[in-house]
Amino acid sequence: MTNIDFSNRVVEMKNITKMFGEFTANENISLTLHKGEVHALLGENGAGKSTLMNVLYGLYQPTSGEIYIKGSRIKDNSPALAISKGIGMVHQHFMLIPTFTVTENIILGMEPTYGLNQVDIQKAAEKVKEISQKYGLTVDPFAKIQDISVGMQQRVEILKTLYRGAEILILDEPTAVLTPQEIKELIQIMRNLTAQGKSIIIITHKLKEIKEVADFCTVIRRGRHIDTVDVKDVTTDDLAAMMVGRDVNFQVDKGESKVGDVVLKVNKLVATDNRGIRALDELDLEVRAGEILGIAGVDGNGQSELIEVLTGLRPATSGAVEIKGTNITNKTPRGIMDSGISNIPEDRQRRGLILDFTIAENMILQNFDKSPFSSGVKLNKEAISSFAKKLIDKFDVRPTNEEMQVKSLSGGNQQKVIIAREVTNDPDLLIAAQPTRGLDVGAIEFVHKSLVEQRDKGKAVLLVSLELDEVISVSDRIAVIYEGKIVGIVDAKDANENKLGLMMAGGRIDG
Amino acid sequence: MLSNIALIISITLMYATPLIYAALGGVISEKSGIVNIGLEGMMTIGAFAGAATGALTGNPWLAFIVAGLAGGLFGLLHAVASVTFHANQVVSGIAINFLAPGLALFISRRIFNGATMTPLIPLENKMPLPLNSIFQLLHLRLPKSVSPLFARNSVIDLIFNQYATVYIALALVGILWFLIYKTKLGLRIRAVGEHPKAADTLGVNVYKIRYLCVILSGALAGLGGASLSLAIVSTFRATLVSGQGFIALAAVIFGKWKPQGALAACLLFGLATGLRIFLGGTGLNVSQNLLSMLPYIITLIVLVGFVGKVVAPAAVGLPYEKGDN
Amino acid sequence: MARENNFKAKMIDYILNENLKLTLLSIILGLLSGAVILAIAGFNPLEAYQLMIIGMLGSPRGIAWTIVQSTPLILTGLSVAFAFKTGLFNIGVEGQFIIGALAATLAGYFLDLPAILHIPTVLLVGMTAAGLWAAFAGYLKAKFGVHEVIATIMLNWIALYLNNYLLEFDSFRRPSSESSHRIKETASIAITWLRDIVGPAVRVNWGIVIALVIAIIVHYILFKTTLGFQLRAVGYNRDASEYGGINVNRNIIISMAISGMLGGGAGALHVMGVSRQVSVLAAMEGFGFNGIAVSLIGNNSPIGVALSAILFGGISYGGRNMQNIGVPSEIISIVIGSIIFYIASYKLLQFVLKKFNRKNDKGGKQYVK
Repeated sequence: MTNIDFSNRVVEMKNITKMFGEFTANENISLTLHKGEVHALLGENGAGKSTLMNVLYGLYQPTSGEIYIKGSRIKDNSPALAISKGIGMVHQHFMLIPTFTVTENIILGMEPTYGLNQVDIQKAAEKVKEISQKYGLTVDPFAKIQDISVGMQQRVEILKTLYRGAEILILDEPTAVLTPQEIKELIQIMRNLTAQGKSIIIITHKLKEIKEVADFCTVIRRGRHIDTVDVKDVTTDDLAAMMVGRDVNFQVDKGESKVGDVVLKVNKLVATDNRGIRALDELDLEVRAGEILGIAGVDGNGQSELIEVLTGLRPATSGAVEIKGTNITNKTPRGIMDSGISNIPEDRQRRGLILDFTIAENMILQNFDKSPFSSGVKLNKEAISSFAKKLIDKFDVRPTNEEMQVKSLSGGNQQKVIIAREVTNDPDLLIAAQPTRGLDVGAIEFVHKSLVEQRDKGKAVLLVSLELDEVISVSDRIAVIYEGKIVGIVDAKDANENKLGLMMAGGRIDG
Repeated sequence: MLSNIALIISITLMYATPLIYAALGGVISEKSGIVNIGLEGMMTIGAFAGAATGALTGNPWLAFIVAGLAGGLFGLLHAVASVTFHANQVVSGIAINFLAPGLALFISRRIFNGATMTPLIPLENKMPLPLNSIFQLLHLRLPKSVSPLFARNSVIDLIFNQYATVYIALALVGILWFLIYKTKLGLRIRAVGEHPKAADTLGVNVYKIRYLCVILSGALAGLGGASLSLAIVSTFRATLVSGQGFIALAAVIFGKWKPQGALAACLLFGLATGLRIFLGGTGLNVSQNLLSMLPYIITLIVLVGFVGKVVAPAAVGLPYEKGDN
Repeated sequence: MARENNFKAKMIDYILNENLKLTLLSIILGLLSGAVILAIAGFNPLEAYQLMIIGMLGSPRGIAWTIVQSTPLILTGLSVAFAFKTGLFNIGVEGQFIIGALAATLAGYFLDLPAILHIPTVLLVGMTAAGLWAAFAGYLKAKFGVHEVIATIMLNWIALYLNNYLLEFDSFRRPSSESSHRIKETASIAITWLRDIVGPAVRVNWGIVIALVIAIIVHYILFKTTLGFQLRAVGYNRDASEYGGINVNRNIIISMAISGMLGGGAGALHVMGVSRQVSVLAAMEGFGFNGIAVSLIGNNSPIGVALSAILFGGISYGGRNMQNIGVPSEIISIVIGSIIFYIASYKLLQFVLKKFNRKNDKGGKQYVK
């Protein structure tokens, strides 16, 4: 049973092309949205989905092509114009101002005023409460964004669009930050909205969700329009093949793990986050040689802080961290590295690489002051170059010029540089935090392969990821983190989304 | 004792005033996300424009307005570079600090026959002291029991008989506070300074708001310069501003980018200067130079002890480009 | 043969370098802006600029003056550039210059050593004192998060008053003057025989040589050593450097210290070669602030800074020659300010360059003059 009114085309994008200088982000893409429809826009990272929607929303001007909203041609689009025509966009990276309250964020650009241009906060808050009740989106109007949960932040984003009377909602990767339960809630909210006559475009790369909620799906690959299909008529495998252009095997090939001694032992670890709130609450954890332990959990439950403590970037208030019996609690990042821990950081451009440095310089970032890369104070250019060339070859980094600045590499190749560096340090423990974020399928496969390789060599691997599918398919054992504690550990073989989802949300499972 | 305190307060207000204008300029600019290192230059051009206009026309209010316009013009220059051409804002500010004094002295030589100092403005053409005549009247008319309260150099006279520029500065603190924290425009300004992309996606014109704030910033600094050359002294010379634009910048950071905070910082600075002058006037056997160091040392101590890591508007210093993903 | 070609290739690469093109374009536009102002004020720009060039290059005396003027700017420019390259904005070069000059004068006057020891000692004393002065600001930033812009501005003023304070002491101040006693002959780096040629007014000295040597050393440190690697890493990306095991706080302090040493070196060389004393200061002399301009025009690289310092020193000196036809010397500030302004607005320049390149694209390389 759908809510679609096929006689009413609320959005038509015809032959949209968008170029940034020489680079073609969208090439000749067409898309039609009917009233009451949920339309999925599917494509890999970097395929051009967000760009297309930014064109619809007026943040970009199309290089060529036409846009029709509710039947009228739109020229010189802008967010203000798009909003006035009834389009609302919920961005992948929330467009929320952390120091402002929920209400201030919602009304920005459309503020009710009185007297000398003063903002009427009371009136605004009342309207916010009204809309939030109408659509079942609970928020606290006076809370500051930096203090509320991610789930509530997303509801604020949706409320922003509804406050402006949006009829057409664009949701950009909305489920990336939600628990399985919250995803179910969001799907229900979407059904409520279409039942009330709203139309939705959802940008996503999650095939299961498309099957669950979308009516139609447009597939984009490398900026080109591949096809638009009726979701009932296709399988997830079909969609995957269209998205990538070949058959994709999402299963990670791995043999049985040969588990050895305990390498990493975390004992009653306590730490606070940036706001002084307890993020790790007497956390216990063990990782053994020859296994991949995956940590599953909703963002904000302590994963980031755990990694920061393990890598020496955050002090532990109490508790202990041991590597092969040696206490490394509160050692410097240098000291921890020397103790045998290597790290693929979750924000590769911020923590993993110096973008203005060359590939070679990044590869020796941790070891620049050791022989053979330097003798005394002097850097040995030849030794550095040959080392870099070897790694570039082994890990297939493209382009292959070691003197090239890392900022001109693609996301996948940047990640390869980091992996090459960390793996070559021959660590006892390899920590991988969100290692496949923002990468295309080919690069994702490479990363997973590398992790399994290390595990097969007898290393201990700790994988932290927000993508539950990744955690389930790559790990040997899965630990669920909730509010700073490990609340359950299951064998990957026995894991399923529902059980894990329950634990991630704080529920307990019996047996 | 009381009169000594009054004297110090008087000097404090006098020296703090130019800083307050410039610091408010710094606040409004940075609140919208644009760093303004050029406050020094904008104060200089304002000081010159004000003094020149004052000397030529004899009308202090016209001079005051012209000073604001001159400062605003340089603010516009900074805005064009920073907002439209995505310049490195620090560098643009430095450029203005070279351009403005150079232009001021250049024009001065042309208009005033080679002089690098504008002609002295006679007392009656300087910035007025609004309460002066009222106090004099009260001193004359009130019964002997109360009239000394309003005598020359009485406590009330010292504290409250200030140049008009002082009152305007204090009023501007309140006005700016109201603008930034209570009005619709202020909400948008703060949004643009914290997260311009978010504001843009909601249809707020980031460029227009930044232009407005930076031009206003220059105008305020220009007025600050005029408060130097039209009130405290009665002329413009090359060494007049001498670093006060940078002190104002410090006051902005010190005051955590809030108008009230900047006011407090400027008063602190003025106070240190006031103490220095006062102590220097008494027979106290302390070197004037050591006393002169006082304001700066105090600032450092306060910064270390009480301010520490400050949180600027999140997007300050970063040019905003549509399409920045 | 191959090496010669390689060198030529490198020079061509350097000239065609995007940054260099933009810098040269900025200089041209800056001079043009100055010309416009001159024209509005009723002067003939060509005549004025001609006088300027004659002033700076037209006689041995002019060339000597240009070199002498440029010397402190090479080091103050280097000081700012070094700090920039390592992620810091050292606006305190002015104060570090004062401290360097002050310490050098003290060592130059109160110590009694043969020249071969005295000169290096005075230079080192000046550099070390200024290095510590700047390191203090770095410490405040590393330990307390105090913004280095404010800290260094405050220290500038404290340095100035410290200078004046020390000059209150009779043991230091020369009687009936605003200045200190002069440094001993053994601490002077004047080139006396050259002064006989160009006249005593031009304080020709070895400073330029010393400054250039220091510039080469700085370049080496920055790009060929492990220290330079760390400093640049921290300058580009603190987080990644921290993650990679580099001690960020320590590097901030070291960076400020080196930057300060360079600024202090400028002050010391100035005393040793030109002024031979320090005087009571009513205001900052501007070597530090001009150093910021020099660094920006020189694109924050050691070679660029050296060239830019000579340009700056040259047009500042040559600019005074323009007074012969009544042009106020402040026009130089306007030109310099304009150049910096154009450098800042690189998008504008890229736009202009694109138009220019399109017009001239007849195959073959075009060198922007």
